[in-house]
Amino acid sequence: MAPVAQVPATDSGEKSRASAGTLSDKRLRELFREMLLIRRFEEKVEERFRAGDLPGFLHVAIGQEAVASGVCEALEPDDVIASTHRAHAHTIAKGTPVNAIMAEMYGKNEGCSQGYGGSMHLYDVARGNMGANAVVGGGLPQIAGAALAFKLRKEPRVAVAFFGDGATNTGAFHESMNLAQLWKLPVLFVLENNGWAESTPATQQLPLAVEEMGQRAAAYGMTAMEVDGQDLEAVVEATRSARDHAVSGLGPVFMNVRTYRFTGHYVGDPQVYRDKSEVRQLRETQDPLELLRARLGMTGEEFERIDADVMAEVDGSVAFAQAGTDPDPQDALKWVYAEGSMEHGSKEPLSTEPRA
Amino acid sequence: MPELTYREAVRDALSQAMRGDDRIFMMGEDIAEMGGSMGVTTGMVAEFGSERIRNTPISEIAIVGAGIGAAIQGMLPVVEIMYEDFLTISMEQLVNQAAKHRTMSGGQIKVPLTVRTQGGAGWSPGAQHAQQLESWFVHVPGLKVVFASTPEDVRGLLWSSIYDPNPVIFFEHRTLYPIKGEVPDEIVPIPLGKARVHLEGTDVTVIATGRLVHESLRAAEEAEQDGISVEVVDPRTLSPLDSETLIASVRKTTRCVTAHEAVVQGGFGAELAAVIQHGAFDYLDAPIERVGAQFAPLAFAPVMENFCVPHAANVLAAIHRTLARA
Ligand SMILES: Cc1ncc(C[n+]2csc(CCOP(=O)(O)OP(=O)(O)O)c2C)c(N)n1
Ligand SMILES: [Mg+2]
Repeated sequence: MAPVAQVPATDSGEKSRASAGTLSDKRLRELFREMLLIRRFEEKVEERFRAGDLPGFLHVAIGQEAVASGVCEALEPDDVIASTHRAHAHTIAKGTPVNAIMAEMYGKNEGCSQGYGGSMHLYDVARGNMGANAVVGGGLPQIAGAALAFKLRKEPRVAVAFFGDGATNTGAFHESMNLAQLWKLPVLFVLENNGWAESTPATQQLPLAVEEMGQRAAAYGMTAMEVDGQDLEAVVEATRSARDHAVSGLGPVFMNVRTYRFTGHYVGDPQVYRDKSEVRQLRETQDPLELLRARLGMTGEEFERIDADVMAEVDGSVAFAQAGTDPDPQDALKWVYAEGSMEHGSKEPLSTEPRA
Repeated sequence: MPELTYREAVRDALSQAMRGDDRIFMMGEDIAEMGGSMGVTTGMVAEFGSERIRNTPISEIAIVGAGIGAAIQGMLPVVEIMYEDFLTISMEQLVNQAAKHRTMSGGQIKVPLTVRTQGGAGWSPGAQHAQQLESWFVHVPGLKVVFASTPEDVRGLLWSSIYDPNPVIFFEHRTLYPIKGEVPDEIVPIPLGKARVHLEGTDVTVIATGRLVHESLRAAEEAEQDGISVEVVDPRTLSPLDSETLIASVRKTTRCVTAHEAVVQGGFGAELAAVIQHGAFDYLDAPIERVGAQFAPLAFAPVMENFCVPHAANVLAAIHRTLARA
């Protein structure tokens, strides 16, 4: 059986959160700002949805910000990700400006998917975001394929699949894990293990305890890591070592990232299936922003300053989106097929094009 | 002009494309040393190596999904699904992923993936190894669907499919692999969306795909004995469809039979009939006749299988029915 790397320790509690600390204070503050931007962006999305401004089906990742920010911090710009129905945090962390994401939420031409995708289909291929997937598990085999392309071309890049605990019950997950390990593909399988699949708790959908989910990797002989997903530095450190492992040809890494969903499954979810006190307690003890703030010894004044700055950016994104242009209805037909030919012998390295 | 079998023609297109283009690789079950369950890729692993001719685990979701991901990242993957019956397992990746990425991303993504598969009756495998499911994919915007019936066509169409910037589901028919036919010295790419008129005629148009192209040509020969002039047209690409050529043919002949091996109900013939009645309504002298398999999971016993799937005689009977109308 492959070694199960314990990088870093996963035991909950403050002790394990005294992280290794290779990130500078300055960088940590930037990442704090990014996590707060994700939080405020998603709170704004909830607000605008409830106000009847936003169409569609929305899922926020409030409580899980350190996973998105921590993983993407450890990636190189050429690395690619595939996201899920809970896509805003990953997309922001991979570098897409909130203006383009908010405009997408409003279905505008200026959106990161030009109004064709919506909340569950945020794309930014130029920034290495191969797209968010509304089919649970749907992106995983494609991440294996992207990694295969990198491997065949001997490019030092990794492909990262984000997915939830619910997704580990799909055939797509198991086939992708198996193939990636068999072919030693440079994939990071990032399990955002929040213990819920919609309303179904882990105990009703997982045959293993949430802490034991690394065993799914062991079944494939894959290196697994246990990661505290509320600790930004822990996520960064773990992802860095996972990336080193994958990019050096040793094969994929499975990261069991323990995290918590502070909100409903979707915006508007009355959460009849769980106790209000559970959520309150999680917010009090497991908030990744509060934990990082304490770690940084951030004063109230500094926080207020960052928050005001972030709020201005989020409010700006709403104004940007509202001022955006609506697509022509008939443009719905515009991208069904690509024109032209891939041309025999062409050395064009990528089939992806910059956005028009 | 050299003569190749349909099987050799597929292999020739794959090999010639791979020789000059590092972006192309293949994956599928048993395609390496064994050459695939139909022997199509025999010898290719020796020439191209196991990095480019990749045996996969039995993972139809991952085979197609990894093909999509590699295609998005600049490769031109050709994946093989051993039997088209097993496309059912890949369905999610084909329908929700390959077909939709381009639109959902607002045009940021191309998926130049070719999914080769094969199927068809005539050898009594029972109900799970002989279906013809091509019409399902015609229903999906974003996919192209090709079904080649001759060595020349299969070679030229496969070449175009590999280089098409969209996902193409490429159907081969099992019983056609051994048939021989002349092919041009050099590969001549056949554009997707162009029908082929195999036989010109004046009394009735038979629009046929796959094995039924050959059955229809046999039926046409027999009809000629009775003085009936049959035009046989193979759309070759089912999506996008060359409706212009088909409509022009029926406007000329005023009668139409559709013929495929798949079951009639919900089959591609229904789409053809709709296209023809709309484009040639004022010209039609008889209702469009549809030929296809019986509406039943294919039974094993050869006599039952033979009863279920259509043959030249069924096409001929349909031709006579259209002509029986004044
Ligand atoms: C294949 C599929 N089945 C069901 C759904 C409906 N659905 C959307 S999210 C979800 C729960 C997913 O749980 P998990 O993977 O743990 O992700 P989380 O929502 O916790 O982030 C379900 C059942 C879906 N989108 N896709
Ligand atoms: Mg979950």
